[in-house]
Amino acid sequence: MKSISIFKSLTCVALICIIASCKKNNNEETLAGQGKVNLEFENKVGDQELELNTGAYTNANGDDFKITTFKYRISNITFNKADGSKNLIPESYLLIDAADEKTTLQTIEHVPAGDYVSMDFVIGVDSVRNFAGAQTGALDPAKGMYWSWNTGYIFVMLEGSSSKSTQADNKLAFHVGGAKAPNNTVRKVTLPFTAGGLRVRSNSQPEIHLLVDAAYLFKGTTNINFATLSGFHGGSDAVTIANNYATGMFKLDHIHN
Amino acid sequence: MVISLLTCWLVITVGCKKNDNEAPQTAIRFVVPSNFPTPVYQFTNNTVSNAGFDLGHRLFYENALSIDNSTNCGSCHQQFAAFANLDHQVSHGVNNCFGTRNSPPLFNLAWQQNFMWDGGVHHIELSALNAFVNPCEMANTLDNVVKTLNNKPSYPQLFISAFGSSEINSQRIFKALAQFTGMMVSANSKYDKYSRKQNGGEFTNDELAGYALFKQKCSSCHTEPLFTDNSFKSNGLELNPKDAGREIITLASADFGAFRVPTLRNVALTSPYMHNGSLSTLAQVLNHYNSGVKNHINLDAKLKQNGVLGIPLSATEQQKIITFLNTLTDNEFIHDPKFAELPPL
Repeated sequence: MKSISIFKSLTCVALICIIASCKKNNNEETLAGQGKVNLEFENKVGDQELELNTGAYTNANGDDFKITTFKYRISNITFNKADGSKNLIPESYLLIDAADEKTTLQTIEHVPAGDYVSMDFVIGVDSVRNFAGAQTGALDPAKGMYWSWNTGYIFVMLEGSSSKSTQADNKLAFHVGGAKAPNNTVRKVTLPFTAGGLRVRSNSQPEIHLLVDAAYLFKGTTNINFATLSGFHGGSDAVTIANNYATGMFKLDHIHN
Repeated sequence: MVISLLTCWLVITVGCKKNDNEAPQTAIRFVVPSNFPTPVYQFTNNTVSNAGFDLGHRLFYENALSIDNSTNCGSCHQQFAAFANLDHQVSHGVNNCFGTRNSPPLFNLAWQQNFMWDGGVHHIELSALNAFVNPCEMANTLDNVVKTLNNKPSYPQLFISAFGSSEINSQRIFKALAQFTGMMVSANSKYDKYSRKQNGGEFTNDELAGYALFKQKCSSCHTEPLFTDNSFKSNGLELNPKDAGREIITLASADFGAFRVPTLRNVALTSPYMHNGSLSTLAQVLNHYNSGVKNHINLDAKLKQNGVLGIPLSATEQQKIITFLNTLTDNEFIHDPKFAELPPL
């Protein structure tokens, strides 16, 4: 009899356990599924709004400049949780063009629901994809930001003018790219989120508002003097600029959950 | 019961026959020749199909790829010249514009790690892009190529057959072209038949002597069986080259004036020679290596052994090597109707 009652109570314990675990699962289910996240890119030059063609700016070296083209790629967007787990969003390749408003607000789909404390992304295109075959979507070379003669993606492009530039028509033309040593310009940045983090749910669409400061091409680790460097495509000068912009071109402004 | 079984059998038999009759052509597939290494390009995510290959074939000979509807890939890559450009030192593109380098032959591209004389293009699927947009080749934009094909009535159906839907984008264009160019395998020269001990591969004494000399004097760079070691070297063509060659890509001064070591397969068909097309005959090429090599700053060490410039070759030796080089001509390849020029749609 005694053994039976032990058996009964064990069964009860087991049942309670099952129920408890069911409950736990039910709680987690509200965090199951996937959601969407909007990424808004607000292009700036220091404290000023970036205005193509008309905005007048000064770099950290004190050189005047204007911007006619500002485009950049980001990829491998990853959302990180407090427990250290990471969710890399597959096929997250974005091309942002300051001249095309549609590209400054982008939606990232298939983000696993959850609470996130930071995000990582690559400025540019990862090496694997950079050396893969013909691509489509944001990586379609028909969209530009691509070198046909030295195959590969241009990661960040800034063109404009400065009275200090010694090029014809005082032009500035910075084309950053290259995914091979010794001139590898692939850079990864991590942006910690503010208190409250990012809450992704299947039934809501939070928005991350990023500030993108073009002035960081020309400061951060090396102040750029337009009289001595007014343009390049790839190479060691591109590495200098990539090292600069990795220090602060992208900043989190705020998140709407 | 017996009758119904018989009926079944008849239906099955008829069904089989009908399928056999309907089979329009044999399925095209990529085959690695037995004397070749493993290819670099494995058609990953781009499995060759008859429709994909046919679309690539059509695109290769499509004038609408060029800005003025005058030039196609076959303009500078002629089948009778093993898809090089006979009699042209450098390529001759739209608007009478001349490029700066000799149009290379196209075959065995699936074994190539990178493309162009300077190796700047690293994937076969992207090798056509440069020709589309170079102002001295087709002078087009990729965007416009896609738009133009979208506006040509015959193309949507070809893209449906090849890729399952009528969408025309650059990726599909490149993949179809890579199916066509990747399938261009040249492996049926007399030399190949000799290597594989097949009929038609019996070398004459002169060919054997030339082959022995070739292995001694040339094969350290022009390595069998593809007849290139895939490196970039200065071969002392010019003392002060205007074209920086591989340095443009690597930005390394040691690569200044270095160019791809080209394959020698079909070399008897691909005149003129060298990256700038400056030598018109094989005799001139052999003579260059014997006595014309200039002491360029990055001259390959193999061309400057014991302080002697070039590769000493007597007139007889040069002739024998040329005799061997003639065994590298693949007549089956240059007459293969699969790759032949197509009339406009």
